[in-house]
Amino acid sequence: MNGLRPDLAIIAQNVAPSSRALDVGCGDGALMAELRDTRQVDARGLELDPHNVALCVGKGLSVMQGDADADLADYPDASFDYAILSQTLQTTKRPDQVLDELLRVGRKAFVSFPNFAHWKVRASLLWNGRMPVTRLLPIAWYETPNIHHVTVRDFRELVAQKGYRVEGEWFLLGDKRIGPAAAAWRAEHAVFLLSR
Amino acid sequence: MADAAIPTASHVLNLPHPLQLDGGQSLPGAQVAYETVGTLNAEKSNAVLVFHALTMDQHILSPHPKTGKPGWWAKSIGPGNVIDTDRHFLICANVLGGCMGSTGPASMAPDGAPYAMRFPVITIRDMVRAQVALLDALGIEQLHAVVGGSMGGMQALSFAANWPERTRAALVIASTARHSAQNIAFHEVGRQAIMADPKWKGGDYYGGKGPDNGLAVARMAAHITYLSEEGMHEKFGRKLQDRPDGTKGEKTFGFDAEFQVESYLRHQGLSFTDRFDANSYLYITRAMDYFDLAEEHGGRLAQAFAGATARFCLVSFDTDWLYPTMESRTIAHALNAAGAPVSFVELSAPFGHDSFLLDVPALDRVIAGFLGQ
Repeated sequence: MNGLRPDLAIIAQNVAPSSRALDVGCGDGALMAELRDTRQVDARGLELDPHNVALCVGKGLSVMQGDADADLADYPDASFDYAILSQTLQTTKRPDQVLDELLRVGRKAFVSFPNFAHWKVRASLLWNGRMPVTRLLPIAWYETPNIHHVTVRDFRELVAQKGYRVEGEWFLLGDKRIGPAAAAWRAEHAVFLLSR
Repeated sequence: MADAAIPTASHVLNLPHPLQLDGGQSLPGAQVAYETVGTLNAEKSNAVLVFHALTMDQHILSPHPKTGKPGWWAKSIGPGNVIDTDRHFLICANVLGGCMGSTGPASMAPDGAPYAMRFPVITIRDMVRAQVALLDALGIEQLHAVVGGSMGGMQALSFAANWPERTRAALVIASTARHSAQNIAFHEVGRQAIMADPKWKGGDYYGGKGPDNGLAVARMAAHITYLSEEGMHEKFGRKLQDRPDGTKGEKTFGFDAEFQVESYLRHQGLSFTDRFDANSYLYITRAMDYFDLAEEHGGRLAQAFAGATARFCLVSFDTDWLYPTMESRTIAHALNAAGAPVSFVELSAPFGHDSFLLDVPALDRVIAGFLGQ
């Protein structure tokens, strides 16, 4: 998967060929291009940064400038097979509502996020009493865009509360996949596939 | 200049058939003046039709014959440039109703006298019809892309909606799918300024002095709408014009153009009258005011794009209050609802509506990226 970020590679491998996907917070369009070129997916994107939108347009991708909190409302119900939200949930104003929107617009949703209960994060809080600055959370608390930190357990609980189904889950330590055992504290990163 | 190496040519086409107009009339013997840049490939598949804005013309690259200034898109056109003439063959036609060689109110009617106000009121779609006839004459069945800013964007939208099979892509910059009350209001101020000029004479001024004062005021009012408040403040502030003898400007408690912004607008207005026909201004602004793409398609904009298969890209500017971002978003949503592949981006630029003509690197990236596909 030529250099695709590991969580995106997992998503790319698990999207059904020839489906329709909306990548929310699509960045420079790496995942969309991969989905289009290797799985013939009709991929559309939503991205806040105009520079990134320009990069996507330059790759022949169809991307709307907008943000997950406000602009998902413009898409009709079930207009996509998949809605994808990678490393963006923790930056939204209302992650719970964004999740609802993802599963309204898409029949299924991929959500990936950094696990705030990874042991290094826990250690930083426990031993130093400081908000962690790690590889996946590299920015100090006062300027991080990650305004809603979430753990694997928190996420599972939210999904259960809302009555959504977990259709798949993947965990990452660095660039490596790890099993679900003890993922709550071992995983740096989680990817979930949800359905209504 | 390197531009000398780019094949550029001016042509005038006599349309073989009368143009059937939206107003119900038929216009016989119409001419379309156009400029081509680059080389059409053997498959005739690399053509890009550029639609010009209200007061521009077909001179995208070649110098304007009256002002001598470089073509209005010259900075972006060339080998390896934003619009790559190594790859694309550009066509830009003066719009129907214009005054740079295509048939308009200043043209001779079949009776040998200028049409003046006998020229039929035309629409954006009529302008596009004339250019579709041009493509027919050139034997170009499908364009690589249509591109336009402002009124050019309206033509690009009209083209993609009404002749969807004839382009593979549409790039619409700083435009709208319909003229708002505010847009119409500003145009009406301009038209009234022209018509209030005694030299307008009901439009029959050809052969004598035209309504230059009225046209200049129309241009001044319109020009304000092309700039942003911030941009104007930055450029002029409350600064006063230097006196003709070079001494620092002071208030004279009179009504000369003392503020720099006044002097600038007066200059814009006056220089406009050297290159534009007042009646053309009336007809073209009317066509823009009539533009409502949804209305043409049962009141639903998404319906206008029901048959669209082209890729679309819409660009707006954050300081454009003439055709604000919301207008582009509305179009993008309609295209999404119609299932067309569409990109939309709002770019940050300080120049207001005029940003689409000025140096905005982010716009260059979008244009190059979109057309380069």
